[in-house]
Amino acid sequence: MTFLQVTLFLLEGFKLSLLIFAVTLLCGAPLGLPIAFCSMSTFKPLKAVSKVFVWIVRGIPLMLQIFIIYYVPGLLFEYPLFAKIDRYFFLEYGISDTGRIVAVLLAFAINYACYFSEIYRGGIESISQGQYEAGYVLGLTKSQVFRKIVLKQVIKRIVPPMSNEIITLIKDTALANCILVCEIIKQAKELAATQALVWPLFYTGVFYLLFVGVLTIVLGRIEKKLDYFKS
Amino acid sequence: MAFLEIKNIKKSFGKYEVLKDISFSLEKGEVLSIIGSSGSGKTTLLRCINFLEFSEEGTISVDGETIYDGGSLHKYTDAEIRENRLHFGMVFQSFNLFPQYTVLENVTLAPKLLKRGTTEEIEENAKRLIEKVGLSEKINFYPCQLSGGQQQRVAIARALAMNPQILCFDEPTSALDPELTGEVLKVIKGLKGKDSTMIIVTHEMDFAKNVSDKVIFMADGVIEEIGTPEEVFDNPQSEKTKNFLQKTNEI
Repeated sequence: MTFLQVTLFLLEGFKLSLLIFAVTLLCGAPLGLPIAFCSMSTFKPLKAVSKVFVWIVRGIPLMLQIFIIYYVPGLLFEYPLFAKIDRYFFLEYGISDTGRIVAVLLAFAINYACYFSEIYRGGIESISQGQYEAGYVLGLTKSQVFRKIVLKQVIKRIVPPMSNEIITLIKDTALANCILVCEIIKQAKELAATQALVWPLFYTGVFYLLFVGVLTIVLGRIEKKLDYFKS
Repeated sequence: MAFLEIKNIKKSFGKYEVLKDISFSLEKGEVLSIIGSSGSGKTTLLRCINFLEFSEEGTISVDGETIYDGGSLHKYTDAEIRENRLHFGMVFQSFNLFPQYTVLENVTLAPKLLKRGTTEEIEENAKRLIEKVGLSEKINFYPCQLSGGQQQRVAIARALAMNPQILCFDEPTSALDPELTGEVLKVIKGLKGKDSTMIIVTHEMDFAKNVSDKVIFMADGVIEEIGTPEEVFDNPQSEKTKNFLQKTNEI
């Protein structure tokens, strides 16, 4: 196989890595918000449920969570739910991992939502009470205070930890190969097995590096944009 | 009936009684200074007046209208509390400017959100107030580019922008370097007039003596002494007041 052929073959896998990355970010980031608000709720039962949920999700290896989400519904109900969803949504994109990709996306979104929620919570709780009070004494509503005063300060504070988590995410997508989703590492292993080529496995690192490079630049710009004020 | 009437305010945090039956009144245009050692309840009293804390008992009346009754069973809604707060302005010890907004935006934010006029009117008024506190040339600066004294002056302009009937200051110079307190005190003094009623919690005794029409000395959650600056500073009746003033004079 030529270098170009290997590159294209690996790129095929990296597309799937990027899909997992994008969907996790797009679903996990918003999903983290309600979890964060539940964790800060003054209603004790809700807070407790949320805390336990976050504890479980953050406490179990992501790989194990992928296994659980992929295998448990089938074991319990003998209904190939994920395969059905998979055929419906993903087949036309040429991804034929029956149910696997759906299970992976679900596991990733839930897992990262929990990590994000803790970042949000930390960011929100780090804003001094004085900022809220300054808004209240001016006669603003709670929602105005949050949207117009607190939110931007929270965003500024969570950009660095979010960047960290986002960079970790692209590398974590490699975990999908534990249930044989054809992401880039799985593709490279395929080459090792069928073509007796080992070097593509190491070559995959270049893909990650390039992507993380782009991410670093983009995230750095966002951070810089919020540099105009100190909070 | 006086312009501001505070009657029998009581406030506890858990078992700890911070305010034990506080009553006083203030006429329109008067300046009241509240002095006393830390932990005597001065700040809590100011926070109760601004509804950042809620007293369990007692009433607050402004201009003849009882706006708050802690003892009543009435449960105040968020809207009522906001309405009540608008009678008062508050300047905090730690300024609490909004860091992501410029000086001008800090002053215009609340009037704009609460639709207190057209954008032009609000901005014009804000510029006038910023000039009043002597910061016209800093109008587009962010708080992090200002000194503590300048930040506090912006905070004063911000409070004035909502046109409060009574302006409260919670130790406005306590977080400032000594050389910066003067500029802030000067601005506060400049606000004195027949229409501006002010309550100032302060540790600046000379300032309190100078600027006030009335002085309250608080100790352990009660008003130990109340009177004109001359009465309280030059001829204190209570032992606690004498002790306190002696200690502040020693330094």
